[in-house]
Amino acid sequence: MAEENRTMQSTNRGPGQRGHGPGGPRGPRGPRPKIEHPGRLLKRVLGYTFKDYAIHWIVVVICIVTTVLASLQGTLFMRTLIDEYIAPLLLQQEPDFGPLAGAIGRVACFYGLGVLASFVQSRLMIYVTQGTQRNLRNDLFEKMEELPIRYFDTHAHGDIMSIYTNDIDTMRQMISQSIPQLLNSVISVVSTLAAMLALDIPLTLVTLLMVAVMMLAAKKVGSLSSRFFLSQQRDLGALNGCIEETMTGQKVVKVFCHEEESLKQFNELNDRLCDSAYRANKFGNVMGPVNAQLGNLSYVVCAVTGGMLAITGISGLSLGDLAAFLTLNKSFSMPINQITMQFNSIIMALAGADRIFRLMDEAPEADDGYVELVNAQRNGAAELVESDGRTGLWAWKHYHKDSDTVTYTELKGDVVFDHVDFGYTDEKMILHDIELFAQPGQKIAFVGSTGAGKTTITNLINRFYSIQDGKIRYDGININKIKKDDLRRSLGIVLQDTHLFTGTVMENIRYGKLDATEEEVMAAARLANADGFIRRLPEGYNTMLHGDGANLSQGQRQLLAIARAAIADPPVLILDEATSSIDTRTERIVQDGMDKLMKGRTTFVIAHRLSTVRNSDCIMVLEQGRIIERGTHEQLLEEKGKYYQLYTGLKA
Amino acid sequence: MLKTLGTHIRGVVKESVLTPVCMIGEVIMEMVIPMLMASIINDGVEKGNLRHIYLVGSLMVLAALVGLAFGVGGGVFGARASTGFARNLRRAMYERIQTFGFANIDRFSTAGLVTRLTTDVTNIQNAYQMLLRMCMRSPVSLICAMVMSFWISPRLASIYLVAVILLGIVLGLIVTRAMKYFGQAFPKYDALNESVQENVSAIRVVKAYVREDYENEKFRKASGGIYRIFCKAEGIVAWNGPVMNLTVYSCIILISWIGAKLIVGGSLQTGDLMALLTYCMTILMNLMMLSMIFVMMTMSAASARRICEVLTEEPDLCNPQEPVTEVADGSIRFEHVSFSYKKDADTPVLKDIDLEIRSGETIGIIGGTGSAKSSLVNLISRLYDVTQGRLLVGGVDVRDYDMETLRNQVAVVLQNNVLFSGTILDNLRWGDLDATEEECAHACRLACADEFICKMPEGYNTYIEQGGTNVSGGQKQRLCIARALLKKPRILILDDSTSAVDTATDARIRQAFAQEIPGTTKLIIAQRISSVEHADRIIVMHEGEIDGFGTHEELLASNEIYRDVYESQTGGGGDFDEKGGM
Repeated sequence: MAEENRTMQSTNRGPGQRGHGPGGPRGPRGPRPKIEHPGRLLKRVLGYTFKDYAIHWIVVVICIVTTVLASLQGTLFMRTLIDEYIAPLLLQQEPDFGPLAGAIGRVACFYGLGVLASFVQSRLMIYVTQGTQRNLRNDLFEKMEELPIRYFDTHAHGDIMSIYTNDIDTMRQMISQSIPQLLNSVISVVSTLAAMLALDIPLTLVTLLMVAVMMLAAKKVGSLSSRFFLSQQRDLGALNGCIEETMTGQKVVKVFCHEEESLKQFNELNDRLCDSAYRANKFGNVMGPVNAQLGNLSYVVCAVTGGMLAITGISGLSLGDLAAFLTLNKSFSMPINQITMQFNSIIMALAGADRIFRLMDEAPEADDGYVELVNAQRNGAAELVESDGRTGLWAWKHYHKDSDTVTYTELKGDVVFDHVDFGYTDEKMILHDIELFAQPGQKIAFVGSTGAGKTTITNLINRFYSIQDGKIRYDGININKIKKDDLRRSLGIVLQDTHLFTGTVMENIRYGKLDATEEEVMAAARLANADGFIRRLPEGYNTMLHGDGANLSQGQRQLLAIARAAIADPPVLILDEATSSIDTRTERIVQDGMDKLMKGRTTFVIAHRLSTVRNSDCIMVLEQGRIIERGTHEQLLEEKGKYYQLYTGLKA
Repeated sequence: MLKTLGTHIRGVVKESVLTPVCMIGEVIMEMVIPMLMASIINDGVEKGNLRHIYLVGSLMVLAALVGLAFGVGGGVFGARASTGFARNLRRAMYERIQTFGFANIDRFSTAGLVTRLTTDVTNIQNAYQMLLRMCMRSPVSLICAMVMSFWISPRLASIYLVAVILLGIVLGLIVTRAMKYFGQAFPKYDALNESVQENVSAIRVVKAYVREDYENEKFRKASGGIYRIFCKAEGIVAWNGPVMNLTVYSCIILISWIGAKLIVGGSLQTGDLMALLTYCMTILMNLMMLSMIFVMMTMSAASARRICEVLTEEPDLCNPQEPVTEVADGSIRFEHVSFSYKKDADTPVLKDIDLEIRSGETIGIIGGTGSAKSSLVNLISRLYDVTQGRLLVGGVDVRDYDMETLRNQVAVVLQNNVLFSGTILDNLRWGDLDATEEECAHACRLACADEFICKMPEGYNTYIEQGGTNVSGGQKQRLCIARALLKKPRILILDDSTSAVDTATDARIRQAFAQEIPGTTKLIIAQRISSVEHADRIIVMHEGEIDGFGTHEELLASNEIYRDVYESQTGGGGDFDEKGGM
C-alpha cells in the first residue's frame, strides 16, 4: 500500500497547474542551488501565508490532528474488537451484541468526526493555497513594475518568467501538499509510536529497528537517484538548447541542406538524455517497491517475534494486542517514507521560494523627486495657478522648503544637458561630457554608429538610468528633483523595439491616453498614417492583437506606436528609430504626420536614415560616447567631417 | 492518434510488455501476503503453533522477495520503456521536421515546435510510464483483492462491491466536473502568464507612459479571476479525500459489526477479518488510483494530439520521381507565376509574374513593406511552391530538380538570418563542409567580414554564442553572406542582407561580387537605392506585382514609384552606418 500511496502523492499534484508558461520551457537551472538559510526561508514562507490566513491554518492543524486521531482510534479498536468483544462473545451461550453495538457506534462517531475534519481541511486549504498564490502573484507583479530598468537589463526575461510559472507552482505544491502532509505524517508517526509503546515495548523496538533499515535503504537509493537526476537535468538542458537553436534556425538549415548534420547532432544528445533519464527514473521507480517490501519484512519479523511472545506468554501479549500491533506496524512505515519524501520536496520548493523572495527584496526604482506636474491656468496677467480640470496648460509645481513657498513654472520642453557623464556601471563610462541645449520646439537629431550612445542619451532624459556626473535640466529644473512619474508623463517616446499589448488596436493606441475617446484615437491613427491599414484589418479598430502584435508587420507596429505617442500629446518627444522598419516611401507619407506631431514640441530623433534627420535644428554626431560634431545639415556637410563621411559613404 | 504514437514503441516493445507483467506479479505477491498474514494469526498464534508461524513466516519472506524482484523489474523496465519511447518520439518528430518545407514551419511556428519537442514529450513520457506501471496494476490489484475477499467471505465482500460501485460513481462525477472547470481555467492561466511576459519585455513602454498602476490593476483583475475559477475547480476535487475516507470508514464499521457476528457464529476466523480489512484499503485505494490515471491521461491527451500533429503533417514539398541533379546555368524565368501562402487565400501574394533574368546578371529588387519582394525570391530556391504558373532555373522547372542540388546552386541569404553556436569556421562551413581555411577566408574577404574577424582575439576560431549574440547586426549579416558564398552557387540571393552594414562597406561588397563572381546571377533586395542603382536591371515591386523592370536610368525616367523612392533618399548614401542603436 505504501506504493499506491507514493504514486498517489506524485499524481495528486494532478490537475493543479501546468509547469510552464507561454514563454516555453526553460532549460533546467542547473544543479539545485544551495540555499543559505533554509530555516529562515521556510519561516518566511509560512509567515507569508499566515499573514492573511492565520485562522485558516489554525483550523487546518486542528483538523489534521483530528483526522489522524480518528484513524488511529479505528486501528486501536481492532484490539478491543477482538479481545474485549469477540473473544468474550465466543464464550457466551447466548451472545449479547449490545455492548459491541455501543462500541461500534462510538467508533463510528469518531470516524464521522474524522471525515468532517478532512472535509473542512481540504476546503480551507483551497482558499489558503489559491489565495496565497494570488497574493504572491500580485505582490510580485507590483514589485516588478516598481523595479528600475537596470533590473531587466541584468536579468534574463526567461528567468523572470520562470519565477511566475515554475517557482510559484512549486510554492503552491509546498503549501497545498508538502506542508500539510508533513504535518500529517509527523502527527501520525508520533501518535502511532505512542500507541505501539503502550501495547508492547519489545515489539516497538523491533519495528524501530526495521524502520532504521528502511531509512538507510531509502537514503542509499535516494542518493543514487538524485545523482542521476542531476545528470538527467543537465542532458535535458543540452537537448533543449539544441532544439531551441535548430528550430529557430530551421529555415537556414533547409536553405543549406544541413538536415543530416543537424539530425546527427540531435541524435547524439537525444540518446544521451534517454540514457540518463532511464537511470534517474529507474532508481526513482525502485524506491517504492523496496520500501513496500521492507515494510512487509518488518511485518513478518513482528509477527514471528510477536507470535513467539504471545504463545510463550513472556510479556503478556494478547492475541488482540498482536493483531492491533501488526496493523500499527503497517501504518507506521508509511508515514516514515512520506516524511523523507515531503522533506525533499520542501527543500526543492524552498529554492523556488528563494527566487521569489529575492525578487520581492529587490530595491525599487528610487524616486526622491518632489516637483510635480499639474494642470495650470493663467491668472490675470502672467501668473500661473493650479487648476483642477484639464486645461492643456501644464506647470511644474515646485515647493521650496527653505522659504516654504510654492512656485509654478510653465512646462515648455526646454532640455539642457550640462557636462553629463554616464555609465551603466561606475567602472565604465559610456557617455562623456555631453553638452546639449534643446529649446522648446526644436528638433534635435542624434546620428552615429551602433554603440555610440544615442539611445543611452534619450534614456537619461526620462531617467530610466541616473547619471554619474553633471546635470540635466528640464525647463530649468534639475530632473532629479522632478517626480519620475510626472517627468515621464511629460515625455512621449517611441522606442526602437515596438512593443504592443494583448488587446484591441483601439486599446493599444489608447494606452497613450487612457481616457481618449474613439474620435481622438482615430485622429491619432490618421496622424500616424495608420488609419488606412487599421481599417483594412478584419475587424478594424477592434481587431485583437496577440503576442506583441505578431499578426502585424514591423512597419505597421511602428505606425501604431507612433499613434500611441501622438495621442499622449506630450510637450517633448523622443523618437528612437521610430520609422526604421517603414519603407522610405511610406515614411514620406508618415513624415507629414510626424512633422505635424513634432510641430511646437521639442523632439529628439535617433535615426540612421538621412531623410529623417535632415531638417533638424541641430544634428549631433556621436562617436564612442562623445559628441564630435554638431550643427545643421548644411553646416555639417561644410565641415567635411564624420557626418559628411557617413552621409556620402566617402572618406573626406 | 494512438496508432500514430503506437508505432514509435518500436525498440521498447519487450520492456513495454514486461512492465505490466512484472506489475501483475508484484500485485499477486501483494495479495498473497495478507493471506499468509491471516494464516499466521489463525493457525499459528491462535493455536499456539510456533512451527507454523516459522513456516508461514519464511513463506512470507519469500513472497516479499519475489514481490521485490517483480517490483524492481517493473520499475526498471518501466523506466526503460518510457524513456525509450520518449526518445523515439523526439527523434521521429525531429526527423519529420527536417523534411518540412517553409510553409510547414510557418504553420507550426518555432515556439510551437520547441514546446512539442520538449514539454509535450516529457508529458507523454510520464503518462506512458504511469500507464504501463499503474494501468494494469490497479485494476488487477482491485480485482484480485475483490476475488480474495469473496473467497474469504462472499457476504462481507459484497459490501466492498457496493462500496466500489458507489465510490466509482462519485469519483467519476468529481473528475468529469473538475475537468470541465480546469479546461476553462488553463487558458486564463496562460493568458495571465502572457501578460506578465508582455510586461517584462515592454517594461520600457510601461514606464515611459507611467502605466504601472494601470498594469497593476489589469493584473490584479486577471489574477483574481484565476483565483475564483481555480477555487471552484479545486473545490470539486476537494471532495475526493473526505468521500474516500467516508467509504473506507463505513466499510470498516460494517465489516467489524458483521464480521464479529460471523466469528461468533463460527463461520469466520479472526485472522480472516484482519485480511479482509487489509483488502478493504487495497480495493478503495486502487479505485482512487484509477481515477487519477484517468485524469492524467486526459491531461496528456492534449500533448499527444500536439505531437501527432507534427508526426502526421505532410511536408508540402517533396523531391520529384526522377530528379534533375545538374543546374545548367544561372538563368531564371518566371512564367505567369502566382503565389499565395494559404491555398484558400482570396488575393494572391504574387500576381501573374512574368520575368526573365539572364545568367550572370545582377538584379536589384526594390519595393515597399509588404510588396512581396521576399516571396518572389523565396520561390527561386523552391522554399515554397508556386500556386500557378511555372518557374524555371537553368531552363528546368524548379519542381523537377533534386531539392538539395537546387538549394546548393541557389544560395539565399535570408532576411532573418541565424548563426549557430560554434566557431566562426564551423558556421562558415555550413556552406561547404569540406572548405579549407583559405577558402573560408576568401569568402570572408569578399563579404568584407575578414576585417572584423581578424580583429577578434581568436580570429576564425572565435566562438559564436547561441543566436549570434556576441556579434553586431552588421557583422552577422556579413558572416551570413560569406557562408552563402562558400556554396559557390550559380545564383546568389541577398534578401535585405546588408541593411545593417554601412553604405561604404555595402559598396565594397558589391564591388567584390562584380569582380570575383561575375558568372553568378545575383539578386539583391534592398531598401536603399544605393544598394541597387548599379545593378544591371532593377525590379520595382508593388503590392505583389512588378511595377517596373529596367536600368536605373530607365526607371528614373519612367517609373513613378522608383523616382519617389529615389527622391526620398537623394544625395548619395542616405543612411548612417549601422542600423539600430544601443
